Amino acid sequence: MGWLDPSIAAHMRGEKAVANFDEDSITLAAAACSKAMEPFERSKIEGLFFSSTSLPYKERLNAAIISAALGLSDNIRTADFTGGLKAGTTAVLSGLEAVAAGSLDLAIACASDCRLGKPATAEEMIFGDAAAAVVIGREKVVAEYKGFHSLTHDFVDHYRGEFAKFDRKWEDRWIRDVGLIPMIIDAVTGLMKKYGLNISDFSKVIYDCPDLGSRKQINKKLGITAEAEQQNFQMEIGHSGAAQSLIMLVSALDTSKPGDKILVVSFGSGCDALYLEVTDEIDKQPKASVMGMQLNKKAELDHYEKYLVWRDILPVNTGLRSEEDLWTRPSVLWRHRKEFMSLCGTRCKKCGTPQFPVQRVCVNPDCGAIDQMEDYRFADKTGEIVSYTGDMLAASQNPPTAYGAIEFEGGGKNYFEFTDCDLSDLSVGTKVTMSLRRKYKDKKRDVSGYFWKATPVKEEK
Amino acid sequence: MSTGIKDKVAIIGMGCSRFGERWDCSTEDLVLEAFVECLQDAGIEKKEIEAAYIGTHFDEVNVGKAAVHASINLKLPFIPVTRVENYCATATEALRAAAYAVASGAYDIALAIGMEKLKDTGYGGLPGGAGRGVRAFITQANMTAPGMFAQLATAYSRKWNFPMEKIKDAMTHVSVKSHANGSLNPRAHLRNVVTEDKVKNSPMIAYPLGLFDCCGVSDGAAAAIVTTPEIAKKIKANQDIVKIKALQVACSSGEEEGYTSWNGAHVKTTRVAAKRAYLEAGVKDPRKEINMMEVHDCFSITEMVTMEDLFISPEGKAYDDIMEGFYDLKQGGVPCQIDGGLKCFGHPIGASGLRMVYAMYEQLLDRVPEERKVGNARLGLTHNLGGYPWRNVAAISIIGRD
Repeated sequence: MGWLDPSIAAHMRGEKAVANFDEDSITLAAAACSKAMEPFERSKIEGLFFSSTSLPYKERLNAAIISAALGLSDNIRTADFTGGLKAGTTAVLSGLEAVAAGSLDLAIACASDCRLGKPATAEEMIFGDAAAAVVIGREKVVAEYKGFHSLTHDFVDHYRGEFAKFDRKWEDRWIRDVGLIPMIIDAVTGLMKKYGLNISDFSKVIYDCPDLGSRKQINKKLGITAEAEQQNFQMEIGHSGAAQSLIMLVSALDTSKPGDKILVVSFGSGCDALYLEVTDEIDKQPKASVMGMQLNKKAELDHYEKYLVWRDILPVNTGLRSEEDLWTRPSVLWRHRKEFMSLCGTRCKKCGTPQFPVQRVCVNPDCGAIDQMEDYRFADKTGEIVSYTGDMLAASQNPPTAYGAIEFEGGGKNYFEFTDCDLSDLSVGTKVTMSLRRKYKDKKRDVSGYFWKATPVKEEK
Repeated sequence: MSTGIKDKVAIIGMGCSRFGERWDCSTEDLVLEAFVECLQDAGIEKKEIEAAYIGTHFDEVNVGKAAVHASINLKLPFIPVTRVENYCATATEALRAAAYAVASGAYDIALAIGMEKLKDTGYGGLPGGAGRGVRAFITQANMTAPGMFAQLATAYSRKWNFPMEKIKDAMTHVSVKSHANGSLNPRAHLRNVVTEDKVKNSPMIAYPLGLFDCCGVSDGAAAAIVTTPEIAKKIKANQDIVKIKALQVACSSGEEEGYTSWNGAHVKTTRVAAKRAYLEAGVKDPRKEINMMEVHDCFSITEMVTMEDLFISPEGKAYDDIMEGFYDLKQGGVPCQIDGGLKCFGHPIGASGLRMVYAMYEQLLDRVPEERKVGNARLGLTHNLGGYPWRNVAAISIIGRD
């Protein structure tokens, strides 16, 4: 888009993460939470605090959708944090304080954003889609929460009104000189004063500021060394909105040592500054870099037009077939909530056969027991492709629609769509894992429907 | 103990509309075309029909629900008229209902009609998945028919360790043969002869199925009038009597979809229905005794695996039979898709089962021109498959003349 506004050319560097056509802030958050929760028992999670400025729903608790997808208990506290971009750290603070107060034993906080930059703006170049999640509790703590300092300003560097699709932004120089630089410095110095610390006490300083020039000034004024400055992945992911400071935290923990002090500062309608200290537990973590693994999973997006179509910016013809009505029936959604949202099927207590969808009569022809079922969650099972196709006839924003039969490790079989892959990635015997996706978006009724798809397990590069 | 339907019901009249893109015809027009031919062929008066079974699948783009549209269209005088629907096996089910009505002794003469008007959808292929129900709308993939059946090919390739190129060769032969047969039939939808190159190089619809691996989406209707053999002999004193030897239906049990014992390389219901049909008809060696077939070749791969599922080709050997021309029209084997099949005669969903029976019927009564005649045909089989490989209805009929 440089032909329209040459000034955006300055931002045409590196890459930006673009969520797939069937992903949104909810599905990204579910994926991040799922990964973060691996070492913990799901049934013990008592709170889920979700933050995003690109919530699929204004009314209908987005955190509740994520909680259902994760198969968490019904007896938990959930909340959506939104508005300013500092919502990510505010969600984390809510979890930390609830645990610190003894109200909750184990909680998860996640931040996820898929913000839309208007075509031909720097924001389109800068924004990236991403999510991060942290589990908050008293056991297996890798970074201990030591304190905070929060600022709130109605500083309108950008905003999105009730019906706007894109942000409206004010002048960069004003944002830099009146917002980013002084406010971040204010947050950092405020925290240091509160706890009697110097900048050199911190091994890692994380602050959310996508502008390179501003970063140089902040580093200089605060005395942040090159070693202590945590990279912000602007060239790899882009600015990930509410998730930005948490993404940087995840990356910082990848390389932290016991005793390291970490400072995390968010920015957007004010700042939250968090002070953390890394514990001995960090050495028990898997050595593989979480960020490295996630960054390696990327696939190239071959056409800019795909991005425009997937984000509903460019109207295209997807054929008369795509005009089929996509009714969402809340009564059906509620009745089958475990099956749809958590990929929970059943296992026969008599013969042990796992089955999906939920059955009351056992599918095993030699068993056939009635009402002898227990819940059985397929979402975290590995499967293997036994038949597949790539369908050019099915209406889709990303043809061909690939789908096929999967047999799950441990038993159970059914037919699922495949995603995050090309037809050439599929063959009989390919291993897959399951991923929550947006199954459809009904523009007529403004509803997103979710279900699970299978993604081929790619060889580690 | 049940004795089955063998020789209890005779077909005394049949009709079949021209299939195709009948832009100028409504469903009612197509039905009338098949009904008039059928009634004339039966040589009875309309008022002698005591009950009717009407098959149609896509009521939403067609004639609506129930069967009153047909009783009003044909002015059937206050007789019971029942709508029958069972996916693509709908018309065979209509025939089965009419045949059982006669066999039970409840009626002497019954009518079966199948119909479908697909070319008012505005696009190629069949309407989408909303008709699968509100729960399946979420849990099932965004599938279309070619993609569902295409998986027979990937699974078959795995089971028999066949390279896909070889399967593609057999599928191509299947389609080329059906086009050749369809070209001889003035009522067929697709009457063009095609080359192997054209079939193989057609655009991909659902891997590995290309455009020419897919059947025609057509408008059409077909009808049959059935009665007891005794009444048939009185009405048709001077011609052979075509009798129903077997009518069998098997439906998926959920095992194919959700249990790991099924390998996806064949259609389980077809095998079950075929075994029962051969038993009912007294057929011991189908490869030798069945003279001709119309099978559910919605896609070329479906026809290929069906040759094994019907126990005509040995398991894993459909490729050899197909490539040797065993199923071609005049090659001395068991000719298959003698009227062009779903592939070229066309596939108006709710009419196809009766269209298949019509193709057998006209051969058994020796009513076809020499160029497409199956010599000395006495026993014909139809195979009508509704749904998709792991969730379906297989309906098989065997009809013959004594």
